[in-house]
Amino acid sequence: MSYFLTQLANGLSYGLILGLIAVGFVIVFTSTGVLNFAHGSVLLTGAYLVAVLQDPIGFWAAVLVGIAGAALLGVLINAVLVRNLAEANPGTAAILMLGVDILLLTELTRRIGNRVLPIGAPWGADVVTFGGITLPTSRAIAAGLAVVVFGVLWFLFARTGAGVAMRAAAADGDTASLMGIRLTRTGAAGWALAGALAAIAGIFLASFPSPGIAPTLALTAFAAIPAWVLGGFDSVVGAIVGGLIIGVVTALAVGYESDLHFLGRGLGEVVPYAVMILVLLVRPSGLFGRQEAVRV
Amino acid sequence: MSDLLRRLPLALGVLVAALLPLLATDFWLQAGLFAMAAVVGAIGLTLLVGVAGQLSLGHAFFAALGAYTYAWTAGEIGGRAAGLGLPPVLALVLAGVVAALAGALFSPISGRLRGIYLGLATVGLVFLARHLMVNLETVTGGFNGRTVAPFAVPGFSFSNSDPDYVAVAGVEFEGLHRLWYLFLAVVLLAAWLGRNLKASRTGRALANVRDSEAAAAAMGVHVARAKVTAFVLSSAYAGIAGALMALAYGRIAPDLFGLQLSIDFLIMIVLGGVGSIAGAAAGATFVVLLPLVLVQYSSELPFLASPGSGGLEAATLARLLYAAAIIAVLLFLRGGLAGAASRLRHRRDHSPPDTGGPPPVPPPDSTDPAPAHPGVPPRSKETTS
Repeated sequence: MSYFLTQLANGLSYGLILGLIAVGFVIVFTSTGVLNFAHGSVLLTGAYLVAVLQDPIGFWAAVLVGIAGAALLGVLINAVLVRNLAEANPGTAAILMLGVDILLLTELTRRIGNRVLPIGAPWGADVVTFGGITLPTSRAIAAGLAVVVFGVLWFLFARTGAGVAMRAAAADGDTASLMGIRLTRTGAAGWALAGALAAIAGIFLASFPSPGIAPTLALTAFAAIPAWVLGGFDSVVGAIVGGLIIGVVTALAVGYESDLHFLGRGLGEVVPYAVMILVLLVRPSGLFGRQEAVRV
Repeated sequence: MSDLLRRLPLALGVLVAALLPLLATDFWLQAGLFAMAAVVGAIGLTLLVGVAGQLSLGHAFFAALGAYTYAWTAGEIGGRAAGLGLPPVLALVLAGVVAALAGALFSPISGRLRGIYLGLATVGLVFLARHLMVNLETVTGGFNGRTVAPFAVPGFSFSNSDPDYVAVAGVEFEGLHRLWYLFLAVVLLAAWLGRNLKASRTGRALANVRDSEAAAAAMGVHVARAKVTAFVLSSAYAGIAGALMALAYGRIAPDLFGLQLSIDFLIMIVLGGVGSIAGAAAGATFVVLLPLVLVQYSSELPFLASPGSGGLEAATLARLLYAAAIIAVLLFLRGGLAGAASRLRHRRDHSPPDTGGPPPVPPPDSTDPAPAHPGVPPRSKETTS
């Protein structure tokens, strides 16, 4: 039983981190209509900055720089590249982001090489035990922080003018624009938020299970794509719920792999996508997605 | 006359491709085989993305399916990995058929999702493919992959033996040379079918769905069926492309069919110009040849470091150039290479003659009647209801 609870806690904490990444996908998508395939390399850039700077300026200052750096990178990608597309439509924007991802990832891979850069977090590889449940400290902190971040996001979107402006822009850009909302600003804010969330997620993913930063960290953002898709493409709540579902299912599939060996090895990698495809078969626009109304 | 002129580049291209094996070294032959395999897949994807307006990141799955179907059905009975020992010609056809069937199985999703949403859903297929490739060891050979039986028709094998010696114009035709012509034939067939499809009733229906699903439905097009048709056709192309890749490599493993292959296919068609068959061919050739050529000739480029020395390696440079190319095309070259080519042709055909003929055609934007209120977008989302 405690094994099950440990796996469940593991999955929930992992799911909250995935939720941070998936919410970034949602915010970029609703504010600028871009499928951000470069999200993984933005995440890696943030974590890389922390790993490089933690020695000279200390961990906490490095975290701030990493988060700000990832946010800035997102804003720059939007301002310099996305807004200057020759043909602005979601398809070309998605492919542009694939190109940006390759560019960033190649450069970061060249810089990191075969090394695993330590992130220097004060919690290191400690674990906490609570009521028979054992959880890495970094995961416990990540889970708590994610809940706080989601609370802040709720406050931002529900109670502040800037957040309401972003929601209005997402709901109907043309109308919001006529109401005096500057879509360039809401777009930039969306990219900045997404970059910051990705950097936070990256820092925690770099402390556990891997002991530091390697280029493969960027692939974790791809693991958040099923969470985003099954929650619905444009729902922040959906992304969080999707993250939790994918996190728990993945943790259970890995934890009970020996009992599920008839499904093959490496189950943890394929299960999120299998769940995504199954959900899409029943609900093509995800669990919380808006049914797109077709108007002529 | 102008019709002949228009076909001249195509005829020249085919002639060059047909004569190249007489001159080229093995490196270029091998690279050409990889490029032609990719061209087939890219044509299939451009039909889906460019004509039907659906995005797919799942083409690595269908290519893998085609490759392993060929390797399995044509494989020796009782080899290290299982095989059915079917004739290779049948196996090649089956590669396309099985991929098409898998595409049809995906139809509950591909018929309902639109554009980029489908693109995201198909990401899942790539990871599914990897899981199957690694775990179905008896058929796929697992992580290390399996060898691929050479292509053959009765009495003639597309390998180095049987017949052991064939020469044309004094050049010995080995496996690579023989495969070259097989691949060229498949590429031409794929391009011809694709062109006809675009011009056919089905193709026009697909384009209609791309432009507006509601309008297409009003015209009597079955939207879901049109989207499924495009997806199935495109899957079949990818399956054949996968089988060709298997033949070109001679040995296949799961790593060949990762997400990167899907991304490569997409970037090929965007570089070339989405929806254009010639563009898909050009884009595929560029994407395949760039890393191969840079790595092959890296020792002759002074600014490149040898692998492991920490400097700029050929493989890294190839990735950077590849990414820069796609970004540059998307920012500056509307419609990719094909779009640029058609603008050039347009400009040449309509260059103002000295005799005071009709003025040059103005860009399409300015032919629209000016909106009454310049600040207001001319068309709202709900012009009619």
